[in-house]
Amino acid sequence: MIRISDLSKTFTLHNQGRARIPVMAGASLQVAAGECVGLVGASGAGKSTLMRLIWGNYLADGGRIEVGDLDIVRAAPREIIALRRATLGYVSQFLRVVPRVPVLDVVAEPLRVLGRPAEEARAVAAGLLERLNLPSRLWSLSPTTFSGGEQQRVNIARGFAHPYPALLLDEPTASLDAANRAVVLEMIAEAKARGAAILGIFHDEGARAQVCDRLVDVTAFAPRGVA
Amino acid sequence: MGAVELGISAGMKPEGPLLSVRGLTRFYGARIGCADVSFDLWPGEVMGIVGESGSGKSTLLSCLAGHLVPDAGEVILATGAGPRDVLAMSEAERRRLSRGDWAFVHQNPRDGLRMGVSAGGNVGERLMAVGARHYGDIRARATDWLERVEIAAERIDDRPSAFSGGMQQRLQIARSLVTGPRLVFMDEPTGGLDVSVQARLLDLLRGLVREMGLSAIIVTHDLAVVRLLADRLMVMKSGRVVEQGLTDQVLDDPQHGYTQLLVSSVLQV
Repeated sequence: MIRISDLSKTFTLHNQGRARIPVMAGASLQVAAGECVGLVGASGAGKSTLMRLIWGNYLADGGRIEVGDLDIVRAAPREIIALRRATLGYVSQFLRVVPRVPVLDVVAEPLRVLGRPAEEARAVAAGLLERLNLPSRLWSLSPTTFSGGEQQRVNIARGFAHPYPALLLDEPTASLDAANRAVVLEMIAEAKARGAAILGIFHDEGARAQVCDRLVDVTAFAPRGVA
Repeated sequence: MGAVELGISAGMKPEGPLLSVRGLTRFYGARIGCADVSFDLWPGEVMGIVGESGSGKSTLLSCLAGHLVPDAGEVILATGAGPRDVLAMSEAERRRLSRGDWAFVHQNPRDGLRMGVSAGGNVGERLMAVGARHYGDIRARATDWLERVEIAAERIDDRPSAFSGGMQQRLQIARSLVTGPRLVFMDEPTGGLDVSVQARLLDLLRGLVREMGLSAIIVTHDLAVVRLLADRLMVMKSGRVVEQGLTDQVLDDPQHGYTQLLVSSVLQV
């Protein structure tokens, strides 16, 4: 489902003496449907960079990133937008929402952009929030003032609202208590069971052991002479 | 309805771009307003144009919307009768277009509203301009639109001068969208508003864009606004497009030195 080959990335900082910072070269990996692959490597080794290259908010210099039939490296913006709507989900560490929009609508939004009716989308959202133990008295509030753990659960609910065939998970259990961590791991297992290809970053080793089928060390993707 | 005349509201789904802009150029004497701007806008896409004051973004928007005559270039619109160069249209055709199929939301609501006419009249007037005649229908649709932009129905007979800035802006949006346009041009739509009012307006615009399948071009200097509203982003400097792409890609991994400067200059809160 996700196929990456010979991927490279260099940042050029035009306002800092045009410094060129190569961060990745020759990166290759595959994630099959129903498989969960964990990215490992020290901080700064490029785990998040790889996730962003796949999501498309970082621009690759060369190589291929295929998600389904689309090569992200060469895709037009509207193709990436369509991919994010229906095929590729992303649970990032940051919640970015329009202030004042209630949690329930934030979580329902991925379904609304797919054309599902408001009531139906909200019902799915409510089910997810309930499962993630977010008290219903919070559902009508904007998540902008929530705690880290609450925001993270909102992000997870959003990422699981639609059954995306491919999922990127950036530290999905980082700020969660044991009970909610167990719920999230269960949701990941269910997504695998329905055939989702999952690529994740998990600092939590127990979580990693529980859901990952394989680990890929991104240190191997560092450009020569850098790592 | 008159909006059907040029065909883009007739339920037609163009297989190609809704709008194709090629080499659009406008000079102010010897000075460049905007130069050699080209892009395609697809149905349902929201494109943001950012840049500092004087970068040419408002000039570009005015040329696209037909408020300014460019010196060179093409603006091809997909219509029921095939692709048409908007710049080559007769004045009457273009006026028809700007009454039905496309709309312009000004930064200052006073430029887009008639301040001496009631809120309901402001909305109803646009419907009458595209052929609606039945008073009851017009009033019902105006009421419906006021509610959609969160203005209480009992304010329908009040004049916009009695409204707050945020309400005026929402009224202007109702007036612009009531005819079901396919394409909306917005010039700093949240510009003059308090931050709290801005958020409400952003939420409203996002919902309307999604429900109506609108294409929109939004000029702003506010990167937070484009991040939340635009699918794609175009960055302008000194009248030229220096970078364009997916909004979060341009903001998170800017390629051009100017964009890098712009993004890194935003104050964090």
